[in-house]
Amino acid sequence: MKRHLLSAADLDRDDALLVLDTAEEMRQLADRPIKKLPALRGRTVVNLFFEDSTRTRISFEAAAKRLSADVINFSAKGSSVSKGESLKDTALTLEAMGADGVVIRHSGSGAPHRLANSGWIRGCVINAGDGTHEHPTQALLDAFTMRRHLGELDGRRVTIVGDVLHSRVARSNVLLLATLGAQVTLVAPPTLLPVGVETWPCETSYELDGPLPKSDAVMMLRVQQERMNAAFFPTQREYSRRYGLDARRMGTLPGHAIVMHPGPMNRGMEISATVADSARSVIVEQVANGVSVRMAVLYLLLGGSEPALSAIGEPAVATASAPESVPA
Amino acid sequence: MTPASNPNPSTWDPLNRRPVDRQPGDHHRARGQDPATTRSVLDRADVGRALTRIAHEILERNKGPADLLLLGIPSRGVPLARRLAARIADVESAVPVGALDVTMYRDDLRLRPARPLEPTDIPAGGIDDQVVVLVDDVLYSGRTIRAALDAIGDLGRPRAVQLAVLVDRGHRELPIRADFVGKNLPTSQLEIVRVHLDEVDGDDAVLIESPAVASGAGGRSERDTR
Repeated sequence: MKRHLLSAADLDRDDALLVLDTAEEMRQLADRPIKKLPALRGRTVVNLFFEDSTRTRISFEAAAKRLSADVINFSAKGSSVSKGESLKDTALTLEAMGADGVVIRHSGSGAPHRLANSGWIRGCVINAGDGTHEHPTQALLDAFTMRRHLGELDGRRVTIVGDVLHSRVARSNVLLLATLGAQVTLVAPPTLLPVGVETWPCETSYELDGPLPKSDAVMMLRVQQERMNAAFFPTQREYSRRYGLDARRMGTLPGHAIVMHPGPMNRGMEISATVADSARSVIVEQVANGVSVRMAVLYLLLGGSEPALSAIGEPAVATASAPESVPA
Repeated sequence: MTPASNPNPSTWDPLNRRPVDRQPGDHHRARGQDPATTRSVLDRADVGRALTRIAHEILERNKGPADLLLLGIPSRGVPLARRLAARIADVESAVPVGALDVTMYRDDLRLRPARPLEPTDIPAGGIDDQVVVLVDDVLYSGRTIRAALDAIGDLGRPRAVQLAVLVDRGHRELPIRADFVGKNLPTSQLEIVRVHLDEVDGDDAVLIESPAVASGAGGRSERDTR
């Protein structure tokens, strides 16, 4: 049976560590003269991007190509989607082309889940960000980056700051980091914390200066103007003052702590240029690690006769179909 | 497939005769299976002597340790390569030693679930213009070595590649031979050759397991490798 990577919660601890260990091996490839492995020769990976993306699409494309897969890039702009083609018809087209793996980014939360469980396609589905829901490979690359700097993540403290409400990165990170044993604190103005955040496996705070001195890693989230249809904070200047990471705040971090950002950054808004370019910033490294982690995910899902990741896909199906006892 | 699930060896799909080595846990899974009889072919002292001889042969063939580089194939080739390197260092001077995982180059990658990768560790100087000695525990079908040669091709261009194995059990499926052999071990394909090393298994030995009833009921174990 085909499996998918739809949510960071699909990965149990063993699976997550397997991805991170595999990524560690994949990372060596970057130092070699021939950056190519034959593992996915003859497999076709489709990058299905309904939403703009630079680093994620390029990262998945590089990862698939380094594993010798054939890559088909599809972006909604300039495709039949702009003529009104539905997700289903697009999926059926891809199936007819023989896609072994589909990497999907969509503005609708749950679109990858629909694609994976509809029966439209037989390939593996990898969620590359759906709406404000999840972005599991970003969480994996963040965990990978933290592990390289901090060692195993058990008991480590990670502070995630900013627009949690609109952030699929924050949700996936909270779930994965909890699986890996880290303690996560979300920091945001009350308006930018989602309803039900108290059920997440993390702590929350409305102010930034308290958690910083105890943090091993600080992750700044982008303020997602394009998803904001209301006034979530009075002014950008006030947000920046209260929740932005500047040189003074960075000074209160422990000596070993790292500063992360999933990109793209709004310099001067959630993170100052001084911090973004400082020695503590691992933001550029996150991008490089993204390729290794995505290679690991693609290899483990598509490299053999069946995926090596045991739990992937199934639990999400179970929860989604739970209300079936309710008559329609 | 477990031995019991395939009662008639004559009907086996040829695909199942492919090497299926290097599965973590395989080695231990079949250990202590009751229908098999196990006999020891090499003991600790034999393994030690074989490695000492191979180390000398490598030096002799290459006229010293200059430009030599040992690459062990995980899992048991790696400790063997380290031991050979230590012996070479005792006799002459130190040679670089590393590990080369060939999982992604295997020709049976698609036939089984995706496998975890083993560490690859190429010494800092790289392999260009070096004499690479591949080290593995058992030479069987030759498919692992073919995969290793492909992997080496992506890493650089060595001056020469040689092969050292602790045990050559025959049954080659590809035109590949070893340059240095600890012990030639004529076997039946029904038998399983197990190499135990201190670093992995806590003892040094080479064992042959034979199915209890040679012609049928026992069947082949999944790990009937190389």
